[in-house]
Amino acid sequence: MTSLPRHNTPKKLGLVIDLDVCVGCHACVVACKEWNTGGYGSALSDQDPYGAGVSGAWLNRVHGYEVTPDGRDRVVIGEAGDARVVHFPKSCLHCDDAPCVTVCPTGASYKREDDGIVLVDEDKCIGCGLCAWACPYGAREMDLAAGVMKKCTLCVDRIYNETLEEVDRVPSCVRTCPTNARHFGDLADPSSEVSHMVSERGGFDLMPEQGTRPVNKYLPPRPRTPLAASSAPAADDTADATGFFGWVDRMLDRI
Amino acid sequence: MHPAFSIIVFTTLSGLGYGLASLLGLGLLDPAQPATKVAHAAALALIAGGLVSSTLHLGNPQRAWRALSQWRSSWLSREGVLAVVTFLPLTWSAYLSVFESRWDPVIGVIGTALCAATVFSTSMIYASLKSVDSWHTPWTPASYLGFAAASGMAASAAFGAAGGASLLWPLAGGAAVLVLIAWAIKTGWRKQALRPPLSTPESATGLGHIGKVRQLEPPHMTDNYLTREMGFRVARKHARKLWLIALVMGCGVPAVLLAGLAVFPESAGSTAVLVTLVSVLSLMAGIMVERWLFFAEARHAVMNYYR
Ligand code: SF4
Ligand code: SF4
Repeated sequence: MTSLPRHNTPKKLGLVIDLDVCVGCHACVVACKEWNTGGYGSALSDQDPYGAGVSGAWLNRVHGYEVTPDGRDRVVIGEAGDARVVHFPKSCLHCDDAPCVTVCPTGASYKREDDGIVLVDEDKCIGCGLCAWACPYGAREMDLAAGVMKKCTLCVDRIYNETLEEVDRVPSCVRTCPTNARHFGDLADPSSEVSHMVSERGGFDLMPEQGTRPVNKYLPPRPRTPLAASSAPAADDTADATGFFGWVDRMLDRI
Repeated sequence: MHPAFSIIVFTTLSGLGYGLASLLGLGLLDPAQPATKVAHAAALALIAGGLVSSTLHLGNPQRAWRALSQWRSSWLSREGVLAVVTFLPLTWSAYLSVFESRWDPVIGVIGTALCAATVFSTSMIYASLKSVDSWHTPWTPASYLGFAAASGMAASAAFGAAGGASLLWPLAGGAAVLVLIAWAIKTGWRKQALRPPLSTPESATGLGHIGKVRQLEPPHMTDNYLTREMGFRVARKHARKLWLIALVMGCGVPAVLLAGLAVFPESAGSTAVLVTLVSVLSLMAGIMVERWLFFAEARHAVMNYYR
């Protein structure tokens, strides 16, 4: 059924991604592909996997951006004001008003009433691709081998999986991230850890103007320390050299 | 957006088919004429051909029937349902004309209304997508309906000429007027397509408070489904030229020819057939170029992540 749940779902399971902490190592990208190619639904195929033009379906991708203060073009990162590089992981945001769900003609795409996870029932999907057009975030990719739409399942086959140890009952990307940039939890519960992070750090929505009301939130990079504030290595000044180094310095000056 | 050949063929040919069928439904052509009978068959063939070609781009066409199930929320599903339902009055009308040489106004008009509803649903598939700025406007259904009506009327004039219709000038004149109206709507559509984009790399990343956002490293070295599907660029380079070609072939040539025929209706017979035929072909070529641009020029919000 591709009508959205009539009321807010009691739980809103999702991710909080910390842009201050992500180092762009792509571990979550690989862990996601590894888990999901053998898990929910058909495998995540690659086309021309060992060729020069390799490409395939991924449910999580990490972009890298250069952000430069307004009005400036092409500055050297680190030299101009707050200019910086931001690593930017992106997967399905499990939107409350998910446009990808309502456009689906077959009922393959749906949002779960109880926890808000957005899924594709691959046995119903005809591979028309309309949902990928409707998603403004690029969170859906067609699997070209199976001809069905793939997307992040929030590792629905891990988070409720009692055969796994408790610590592993989180999405694969969250479990893998070496810097703890990804957090999983219930964003409908104001007392959850993820809700606290969002309120403390000013977590935000991507493209709020699209009206999708994403569940996943992003935490902004903290203000960076301006380069000028860190002590620059004194280049040629040996005035305060004392002891042995002071002696060497004086001797070398003389030669 | 990537302009899939199958979708361009589907939307233009089925638009022509529905336009022709809806005008046949209004009883504009003599149902006893062999040319009118051929017109009925042609309209059905164009619609059916268009539908078949639209299933070509599916990943799992064998399950296409499932697309009829979600008409409550999905315009694509509504289009499918309406397309199937519309076949009933259209085949009935065709039967009446071909075998009984008559036209039934009730069935005809029901068919006309359903044709319009189907074309409207097709256009709403695009117009309902907020992720593509230039499509997300009432101008989109208006221009789809306009082109369907114009091409249907031009085809009616051609079949009317072939059937030796005694009153050819209203058909030809009407077609010329509809062609002009359709392109006027399309020109309005192109104006609105220039509005500033709803989303930007800054809003897409939420990093606008720091400054201007530019892609430093794409997620993978090679392209992917998203960049192939939503990131088409080839046409933009020649967009102006293509738009002029579309205007000349789709508007100038058919409007002048059809208006000429309306003004000099005595040039009946084979000249009229030739003139209307050339008009239809030129119009369709123009509409196909227009439809190609409709996709190729459309910018999808996801490309903000790849800029
Ligand atoms: S991020 Fe895209 S695919 Fe995921 S729920 Fe939102 S619109 Fe749908
Ligand atoms: S590709 Fe599959 S899931 Fe997406 S809209 Fe089409 S049928 Fe629904």
